[in-house]
Amino acid sequence: MGTTVTDEKARAEAIKKIEAERPRLEFGGAVWDYAPAPESKDHVRLEKRYGLFIGGKFAPPRSKKYFSTINPATEEVLAEVAEAGAADVDAAVRSAEEAHRKYWSRLAPAERGKYVYRIARLLQEKSRELAVLETLNGGKPIKESRDVDVPLAAAHFFYHAGWADKLEYAFPRHRVSSIGVCGQIIPWNFPLLMAAWKIAPALACGNTVVLKPAETTPLTSLHLAKICEEADLPPGVVNIVPGAGETGAHLVNHPRVRKIAFTGSTEVGKLIQRATAGTGKRLTLELGGKAANIIFEDAAIDQAVEGIISGIYFNQGHVCCAGSRLLVQESIAETVLAKLADRIETLRLGDPLDKNTDVGAINSKMQLEKIREMVASGIEEGAEIHQSSCSIPARGFWFPPTFFTGVAQSHRIAREEIFGPVLAVMTFRTPDEAVEKANNIPYGLSAGVWTDKGSKIFKITAKMKAGVVWANTFNKFDPSSPFGGYKESGFGREGGVHGLRAYVALSGE
Amino acid sequence: MSTALLLDLAHVPRVDQVGVEERAAALGKRSIKKSAKQAGIRLAISMLDLTTLEGKDSEGKVRQLCQKAMRPLPGDPSVPHVAAVCVYPNLVPAARAALAGSGVKVASVATGFPAGLVPLPVKIEDARRAVAMGADEIDMVIDRGAFLSGDYGRVFEEIVAVKDACGSAHLKVILETGELETYDNVRRASHLAMGAGADFIKTSTGKIQPAATPGVVLVMLEAIRDHYRETGRRVGMKPAGGVRTSKQALHLLVLVKETLGDAWLTPDLFRIGASTVTNDLLMQLAKESTGRYQSEDYFTKD
Repeated sequence: MGTTVTDEKARAEAIKKIEAERPRLEFGGAVWDYAPAPESKDHVRLEKRYGLFIGGKFAPPRSKKYFSTINPATEEVLAEVAEAGAADVDAAVRSAEEAHRKYWSRLAPAERGKYVYRIARLLQEKSRELAVLETLNGGKPIKESRDVDVPLAAAHFFYHAGWADKLEYAFPRHRVSSIGVCGQIIPWNFPLLMAAWKIAPALACGNTVVLKPAETTPLTSLHLAKICEEADLPPGVVNIVPGAGETGAHLVNHPRVRKIAFTGSTEVGKLIQRATAGTGKRLTLELGGKAANIIFEDAAIDQAVEGIISGIYFNQGHVCCAGSRLLVQESIAETVLAKLADRIETLRLGDPLDKNTDVGAINSKMQLEKIREMVASGIEEGAEIHQSSCSIPARGFWFPPTFFTGVAQSHRIAREEIFGPVLAVMTFRTPDEAVEKANNIPYGLSAGVWTDKGSKIFKITAKMKAGVVWANTFNKFDPSSPFGGYKESGFGREGGVHGLRAYVALSGE
Repeated sequence: MSTALLLDLAHVPRVDQVGVEERAAALGKRSIKKSAKQAGIRLAISMLDLTTLEGKDSEGKVRQLCQKAMRPLPGDPSVPHVAAVCVYPNLVPAARAALAGSGVKVASVATGFPAGLVPLPVKIEDARRAVAMGADEIDMVIDRGAFLSGDYGRVFEEIVAVKDACGSAHLKVILETGELETYDNVRRASHLAMGAGADFIKTSTGKIQPAATPGVVLVMLEAIRDHYRETGRRVGMKPAGGVRTSKQALHLLVLVKETLGDAWLTPDLFRIGASTVTNDLLMQLAKESTGRYQSEDYFTKD
């Protein structure tokens, strides 16, 4: 199946030759450039030290340990954050259990909904502060945290607030009850949004939570804890325990946790599945991905190129559902790649707080090293690298928008998740070949299909082994739409009616 | 129409409405502040085609407009003159005389503007005479009826004929996008006009709404980009109609900068057809330098 490595290489050579002779567009010159437009951070009140949020208040950790959290764009320390040890996690789980037993599970569902609604309103009120904080701590462009992360986080609370007293309509002919304490572990790519995806449905369904944010991005979760305080949420309903893998392990292994929800790497997901097997704990996993973005020759090409860009360079490619494999039909490959090469030159990389920045900082040194290692493997395996000529700031962690051509299905860059702004481009000849290549991967989180032909959309999307398939768009999210994976991308859904299922016990269960 | 042209039109890329509007709107969110705003406003002024196209236009009115064109902000010679003054053919001589030696071009609408529903010989003669009377640039309209009925060959041939009649004068081809309605039509008409020899493609007459919407402008810029890649020829772009504020004008510049790049950021390749936007640009410029908005009475209405 597919083309051989040498075919792909010859093709890449031919494309390169034609490109060299074509008229070029020049971007980023001095004729008229945008002045720096940094978002003010004056209104963000950062504390020097953050404790753990357990039982409705912030307190120093029993572990006595703190770690520094930095701004990846400058490497400056933003704050010290408490690290939760075994005793801390135990205290958090017990406080959540007590809150569930004594109060939260007994509260009238409509009243529960009011609390969730109040959190949503407070998120909206503090949206500017939260957006700046998310950008400072995670390195993502302010335009994304402002226009995507924070509004969507609020939308998830609003959406689930509405479900709180209507659960029996979501599950007709069942008696619906809560589960108990949910242990939730979230990644660093969308810190506040992932916290919202986890906490909002759990609370709406009558559960209490212990949430562990990622070690590089704990700040917005801790500020969400403050919002819970301000919303007068009963103590113990939401507990936030920052830390690294060890903290997560304590939470997963705690016997009183009734459900684990994890979003992160497939590697850790497998460990968690092993650890919870036979314990009776419910489990949902939202893991890695290597999505195929398929561009057919009858697509609206300029808009498809925009879809490629938002598919892979949105949030520096730190997106589990990123369109990291581009499958483009051979007949239009030259055109698409020429446009893509031009388009990455217009991406503005730099200060994430600048409102005109399109590509921010890589989240951590560790992630940057992983991206570099994968890119080196792509070059070593013989694929051809194309990179934006943008300048890279001296301090902080950065990687320019990159794509590889002449990639074969067998290359590591076509098989493994890179989780960075690096795209692997492959070509196909027929729709069947596109479907085969797209599904020939251990992952199955998302996919994209680009064609102007409606019937083709229905035909191809139905064949995609992926939890989310976008047609003529990419990376669109809505709280009412379930999200989750096939195969090694995990199981269980978040969002929509399907997402509620993970947080309720139905009669007979 | 030749088979080659038919085949060619079949390969004009489709446009996805949702996608193109999303991209155009995203570029409207660029934050243009301080020095970038000042420079952008000056650039936009230098790209204006200051226009008056009314039945009641007179030589006196045109002379006044020409004064504004040459010196948009009296007392501040650092503000550049506009690119051109755009009038009906009968007023070309008046504009020509008023603008002599200023560097401001005279543009004339022609070819049975605004509907274009007159016989081809009349269109040709209309354009030829406007040039003879002193127009540097001709803004022609396409026959939308012919285009929408699928008679692309006729549209193509009319443009070729008018281009020929223009001689050395620059030809801007008005698509009247508000009547073409779909982005696919706009894209196809752009392709057709450039292929027939247009020096500029222009959105609208100003008589029909909607006119120069960000989505339409982006589609046309993308067509220009493809034409350049295929042929190496740089075709200019002129949004016209509905551009009233500095914010809109700066949005247009952003669209050009990020779609076609720096080479197009010049009055030779980008124009804005408008009249009312001038004073808003001047007002914003004054605000940027003084920190205060001034009363509209400080800006001349011509």
